[in-house]
Amino acid sequence: MNELLQGIAFLGGLSLVLAIVLVVANRKLSVYEDPRIEQVTDLLPGANCGACGMPGCRAFAEQVVAGKLQPGQCPVGGPETAITVADFLGIDAGSTERYVARLLCAGGCDVAVQIAEYDGYPSCRAAAAVTGGFKGCVFGCLGLADCEDVCDFDAITMMENGLPLVDADACTACGDCVRICPKGLFELIPISQHLIVQCKSLLAGDEAIELCAVACTGCGICAADAPEGLIEIINNLAVIDPDKRQLETEIATYRCPTGAITWIDKQQFADVTTRTQTVAR
Amino acid sequence: MEATPTVRKTFAHGIHPPDFKEETRSKPIRRFPFAPVMIVPLSQHIGKPAKPVVAEGQEVERGQLIAEPDGFVSVAMHAPASGIIRKIGLAPHQSGRMVESIFLQPFPASGQQVDPGTPCEVETASPKEIITAIQHAGIVGLGGAAFPTHVKLSIPEDKRIDTLIINGVECEPYLTTDHRVMLEQTGDIFTGIRYVLKATGAKRAIIGIEANKPDAALKLRRSIPEEMPVNVELVKVKYPQGAEKMLITALLGREVPSGGLPADVHVVVINVATAAEIGRLLPRGRGIIERVITITGPAISKKGNYLIPIGTPLRYALDQAGLHEDVSEVVLGGPMMGQAVSSLDIPITKGTSGIVAFTSAETNHRPEKIYPCIHCAYCVDACPLFLNPSRLGILAKQGEYERMAAEYHLMDCFECGSCSWVCPSNIPLVQYFRIAKGIIREKKAQS
Ligand code: SF4
Ligand code: SF4
Ligand code: SF4
Ligand code: SF4
Repeated sequence: MNELLQGIAFLGGLSLVLAIVLVVANRKLSVYEDPRIEQVTDLLPGANCGACGMPGCRAFAEQVVAGKLQPGQCPVGGPETAITVADFLGIDAGSTERYVARLLCAGGCDVAVQIAEYDGYPSCRAAAAVTGGFKGCVFGCLGLADCEDVCDFDAITMMENGLPLVDADACTACGDCVRICPKGLFELIPISQHLIVQCKSLLAGDEAIELCAVACTGCGICAADAPEGLIEIINNLAVIDPDKRQLETEIATYRCPTGAITWIDKQQFADVTTRTQTVAR
Repeated sequence: MEATPTVRKTFAHGIHPPDFKEETRSKPIRRFPFAPVMIVPLSQHIGKPAKPVVAEGQEVERGQLIAEPDGFVSVAMHAPASGIIRKIGLAPHQSGRMVESIFLQPFPASGQQVDPGTPCEVETASPKEIITAIQHAGIVGLGGAAFPTHVKLSIPEDKRIDTLIINGVECEPYLTTDHRVMLEQTGDIFTGIRYVLKATGAKRAIIGIEANKPDAALKLRRSIPEEMPVNVELVKVKYPQGAEKMLITALLGREVPSGGLPADVHVVVINVATAAEIGRLLPRGRGIIERVITITGPAISKKGNYLIPIGTPLRYALDQAGLHEDVSEVVLGGPMMGQAVSSLDIPITKGTSGIVAFTSAETNHRPEKIYPCIHCAYCVDACPLFLNPSRLGILAKQGEYERMAAEYHLMDCFECGSCSWVCPSNIPLVQYFRIAKGIIREKKAQS
């Protein structure tokens, strides 16, 4: 009987001591967490895609609350989310311009020459490792759909001519396609911009056209027709100066002999038919 | 009469693909005529492209310097024929990019003679001078990697070299260039070894040869100059016996650590043809302008070993060797580690060791379908580096590249292709790894 009482007393005492330790530890070691982090996280899209450069939405929220990033830097959320978050925190949303991935090649199988058959592992990156692929133009799209595969938002579909089509509504400008393409053909461009050069070929004149009917030949007509400084010919390729974008004008495209420089509205390749995925995998 | 040694050294794992060497191994090296236009890329080596020192329209002599090294990891280029520089501009290249190249149109009567330059004498030159001379002779690893030889021979201060290994293994199927070089350029090889021993401070040299070339081993063994510390050793016929790390393990029992270099185990390895080139060019003060290439395969009628000027377009080389009409695939290098080409307009470069052409009869029979991994572990038994290709392959499909590198030594894979060769499920393992390695390298470069 005595032993039983002793046992109860001992255990009771022990729990009391531990409870006190816990209370003290909680006081001393607790970290104050800004409740706004949780709330901002809830306002974000929750895609955890990493497009903002952070490991996930929560990490982005922490940075925004700490004032190190601006709400507008979440490309997936778009302007609405940015403004909601900015209003909630009472800060500036930052630039909320929406970007979309544009393909800098229009050389589908209907216009670009194919010089070899490729029967290796069906991936652009694998094909690119074999003397650059099977296309006459070594700069152009291989059409084996690595970009379509990598896109988490189903924004990319391969078209009948073998080129990927980016759905401007679905594209979140996360940049995965930019990173995966072995030919570096995607660029994130503000959706408000209309003028793009759909080619990356560094060949000049006839050499370029022999391999692809819609190549930029580097003739310089667009540069001459456009406002001063908007377009520059670098290594036989027309390049639009991103800082002079506000000067863009459709006139620059009127006399392009191949149509390499084009004026697009929201959707690129609006005139080309699409197909759902039929690329052999 | 020397007895053929019975103990044949080797490494663990590896595979035994059929070698297809019998058709060219006894064909003596033959010279090639000059192509109507030659394309000399300024980047034929790993490292920075060379800087041209000639202008369009200029006349050059065969052997004349046309581009000089731009920095340390870069080598010189020399004119493969006497002629006129037509253009300096972009040309397609084996790498799949357009590369700055010098277009040379040989004179109709361009001869084979080359004027000697300033020699680099092995007796009087310092190790440093030898290394510079090798750079200015434009010499790169002729085994296929095209890594500048002078960089390889520049041993860091804190490393000591005791053994020079001369790689005459040539384990890649179809290729017989090193075999012919060993038989026909024996003297040059030993002269080259003398230079390299001095440049690296190595005490001795071992020439490692696969046991399927006993004639070459015998010839070399009989030709060892007096008092030269050189051994000729036969190694087992097995792929990839010619890989540096495998050869070091086979000959010396030393293991190059993961991510390390041969110098970490006091060894330098150079290819036998590279040694011959050093031995021929340095005493004459010349640069490399041609190399021996095996042209073979079912789609070639005049299979053989040819001495071909660097810059010769592939199409011209194949025509000279009698290319069949129904050719369907052309591979530069051998079928294991070589690379199929997509264009015949690319030029032959210093790194081209062989050209193998196949007809549709062979290429049509390739299995197409990829099946899931059945965990048979054949690949694990084949990988000479004791990697786990099966696991790596599964991770590659999931895009887990970081884990492949961090946990499964992806970056040690040297793309020998043994795993793909044995896989009964036809999984393109080495292709996966090539992509994965490229991505990891890119990530590293970005951060
Ligand atoms: S854009 Fe790039 S990744 Fe996409 S299909 Fe073309 S080559 Fe492949
Ligand atoms: S020339 Fe331009 S448009 Fe045509 S395939 Fe090449 S990169 Fe694409
Ligand atoms: S390719 Fe790489 S993983 Fe495959 S067997 Fe060779 S070294 Fe091993
Ligand atoms: S050989 Fe092929 S099937 Fe067998 S374990 Fe390796 S990857 Fe899997």
